[in-house]
Amino acid sequence: MTDRYPGYDVLARRWTESWNETTRQVIDQRLAVPREPRFFSATEWRTLSAVCDRIVPQPKDRPPVPLPAYVDQKMADGLLDGYRYAQMPPQGEAWQRGLAALDAAAKEAHGGPFHGLSAEQQDGLLRRMQQGNLIGKAWGGMPCKLFFEHRVLPDITHAYYAHPIAWNEIGFGGPASPRGYVRMGLDRRDPWEAVEAALGEGTDTRRKNNHGG
Amino acid sequence: MAADPFAAPRAANGRAPDVFRHGGWVPMREFSETEAVDFVVVGTGAGGGPLLAGLAEGGFSVVGFDAGPYFRPLEDFASDEREQEKLYWTDERIVDGANPITMGGKNSGKAVGGSTVHFAMVSLRFRPDWFKSRSVLGYGADWPLDWREMWDYYTKAEKALSISGPLRYPWGPKRPRYPYRAHELNGAAELLARGAEAMGLKWTPTPLATVSAPHGKSPPCVYRGFCRFGCSTNAKQSQLVTFIPRALRAGAEIRDLAMVGRIETGPDGRATGVHYHREGSWRFQKARNIVVAGYAIETPRLLLASATDKYPDGLANSSGLVGKNLMTQSNQAVFGVMEQEVRWNKGPPSLAITEHWNYDDRKDFAGGYCWMAQGPLPVEWVAVQTSSRGLWGLALREEMEKYNHQVGLKMVGEMLPDERNRVTLADEKDRYGLRVARVTYGWGDNDKALIQHALGQMQMSLEAVGATNIFRQEDDTNHLAGTARMGAVPATSVVSSDCRSWDIPNLWICDGSVFPTTGGVNPSLTITSIAMRTADRIRALAARGDL
Repeated sequence: MTDRYPGYDVLARRWTESWNETTRQVIDQRLAVPREPRFFSATEWRTLSAVCDRIVPQPKDRPPVPLPAYVDQKMADGLLDGYRYAQMPPQGEAWQRGLAALDAAAKEAHGGPFHGLSAEQQDGLLRRMQQGNLIGKAWGGMPCKLFFEHRVLPDITHAYYAHPIAWNEIGFGGPASPRGYVRMGLDRRDPWEAVEAALGEGTDTRRKNNHGG
Repeated sequence: MAADPFAAPRAANGRAPDVFRHGGWVPMREFSETEAVDFVVVGTGAGGGPLLAGLAEGGFSVVGFDAGPYFRPLEDFASDEREQEKLYWTDERIVDGANPITMGGKNSGKAVGGSTVHFAMVSLRFRPDWFKSRSVLGYGADWPLDWREMWDYYTKAEKALSISGPLRYPWGPKRPRYPYRAHELNGAAELLARGAEAMGLKWTPTPLATVSAPHGKSPPCVYRGFCRFGCSTNAKQSQLVTFIPRALRAGAEIRDLAMVGRIETGPDGRATGVHYHREGSWRFQKARNIVVAGYAIETPRLLLASATDKYPDGLANSSGLVGKNLMTQSNQAVFGVMEQEVRWNKGPPSLAITEHWNYDDRKDFAGGYCWMAQGPLPVEWVAVQTSSRGLWGLALREEMEKYNHQVGLKMVGEMLPDERNRVTLADEKDRYGLRVARVTYGWGDNDKALIQHALGQMQMSLEAVGATNIFRQEDDTNHLAGTARMGAVPATSVVSSDCRSWDIPNLWICDGSVFPTTGGVNPSLTITSIAMRTADRIRALAARGDL
C-alpha cells in the first residue's frame, strides 16, 4: 500500500482549535490502553493476537495499533453493543469459546495451534469461519459465521479505525471541536485537513501535512 | 475532565446541570416521593421532553425520569466516535427473527434528552395521507389524528426546535417557511442534488434541528460532522437544550440515572406510582398520572413487566397489542467512489434529501421512502465495509483508504406493521434485576419490494454522477415505532388519540410506540408534535375535569 497522505499526523493537531480538553483526555486514554490482557488467558491471547494480525494486517515500519488490547479492554470493562443474537452467548463467553474452537480447528486441519500456522493457513481457516464452515463440539452450538460477523470483524476493525494511526492512513481529520470545517463543497479542503499526495497540490504534500495548523 | 456524569445523579439538591456552561447549575424544584405528583414522565426524549415542558408550563407538578446521565455537552462530549457510544442504550437485549434488528446507536438513547442528543437532526413532516394509510392508501392502519391538526403542531415543533430548512419545501401541502435558513450543502449533498436532477426528481436541503444562525445560547453549527455522537457546541436543538431547560424553568423536576422498573397499580386498577432504581436502591414515587415515554422497546418492556393478578398480560394490554406491531425503518444504502474529493464527514450527515418516492404512488408496493446524503465517520464506515462486503485483511485497509472520495445515498423506508414483529420479555435479567427485552423481527414481502426499488433508484442516481466501484448495503435498519399503537377503538389499539391508555385512565403513552404506521421519513418531529399536542390535550381535559 502506498502512503496516500504522507507526513499527515492527526496527533500533531492536538493543541489546535480542533481539540478540546475532553477530547485530549479521551484520546490520551485510548493511546495508553494496557498492553497486557486482563480478560483473556495467555493461550486465548496468543490466538487472538494472531487473528488480529490477519483481520487487520499492519505495516512493519511503525508500531502496530494494539488491537488485541482493545478487544481485551472491551471484554474486561463489559462495554456492550446493546443487542445480542439469540444464538450467541454473552460477548466474553463468545470470544473465549470462539478462540478455543478456532484453535481446535487449526489442530484438526494443520496439526498445530492457530498462532503457529502460516498466514495462508490462518486466512483459510478465517474464511471458512466467515462462510459458516467451521463446525465441531468446541463451538457449543454457537454459529461460527455469527461469531465472525458479530465479534471478530467489529471488535477488531472498529478498534483499528478508532485509532489516530488509522485516521492518518485514510486522511480523516479526527477530532473537530470546537473548530469544525469551513470549506464544505467538492474538492475543497480546509488548511487543517490532510493533503492527498496523488492529487498533486505540488511536490510539497509532506510540508503541507506537517504544518500542524 | 469534568466530574463523571455516570458516577452519581447530577439533578439533585435543588439544582440541575446548566447545559450551556462548564460546571454550571440551574435551580430545580424537587418533589416529595410520598406525596403524589400530578404526573410522572418516564423518559425524557422526543416524546417525554415536550410533555414535561408542556405539563409544567400548564401548572402541573411533574417529575421526569431518565435511566441515563445528565450531560453538559460543552464539557462531557469528546469529538470521538467510540467515546460517545456512552450516549446509547447498550444494555443487553436479545434479537431474533428472520431479520434481527441491530440495536444501539441508531435506535436508542440513554441520557436526559434521549436519542435526540445524538440524532442526525433530520426533521420531516409525515405525508398527510399517511395518517389515513388504511382508508386512503390501502395498507397498514389509520391514525386517529387529523393531518390538518398535525400540520399546525408540526409548525409549532419546527419553531420550538428552530429548524433550518428551505424557503419552499417541494412536496406536500403548503407549510410556513422554516424558522432558520437552510444550511449550505457539502460535497455529498451536492452529489445527491446532481443525481436527482439527472433523474428528473426534486430534491431539497434537508430540514435540520441544528441552527444556521445564533439562537439563545446556541451558536450556529460549525460543521464538525460528529452530530450522531453528540453536539459538543450546543448548535443541535436536542431535547437536552430545548424543552428540558424550559421544563425546569416552569418547575419540573428531572431525575437522572433513575431507571423505572415497574408501574404500581392499586386495587381500583389505577396507576399509583413508579418503582425506580437510583443510587443503588429501589425507591417509589407516588403519582396521580403516569406517562410512559421510553420508545418502542422500553415502553412495552415496562408495561409488560408491570403485570399483576388483575392485569396478567401487562398494563394497558386488554387488546393484546402491547409489544406487537413493532416497526423499524429500512435504512439500506448505495455507496460509490468519486474521482473528486468529497470529504463526506464534514457538516451534518444528511444535508440534502429527495422525498420523491413518498409522493408517487405508481409503484408495485405499499408505503414510501426518501433518501439522503451520507457522511459516516471511520468506525461507522468500516462497519459498512465489513457487514455489507465481508471485507477484512489488506483488502479492507485498501478500501478504507478511499474514504475521502466516497459518496453514498441512504434510504429511510416505511416498513409495514405486522403483529409477529414484537417485543417480549426474555428470561435473562439485566443489572437492575429486570427481565431484558427480546426483539423479534422479520421483513415482509412488501418491505423487501420497497427496499429493492429504493436500492435501484439510489444506484441510478450514483451512476448519473459518475461514481464507480458501486456497492449496496442491503441489510441496515434504523428508527423504531409501534408496540403501543393509537387508534379509534380499544379493541384494536392501546391508546386513544390523546395518548391515553384505554384500560387505565391515568396511564398515558407518549413516544414513537403509539405510531400505527411508521411512514417513509424520520419520525422524531412527529413524536415531538404528538407530545406537544398531548400536553395541550391534557391541559384541556384537566380544565373540564376529565383527568
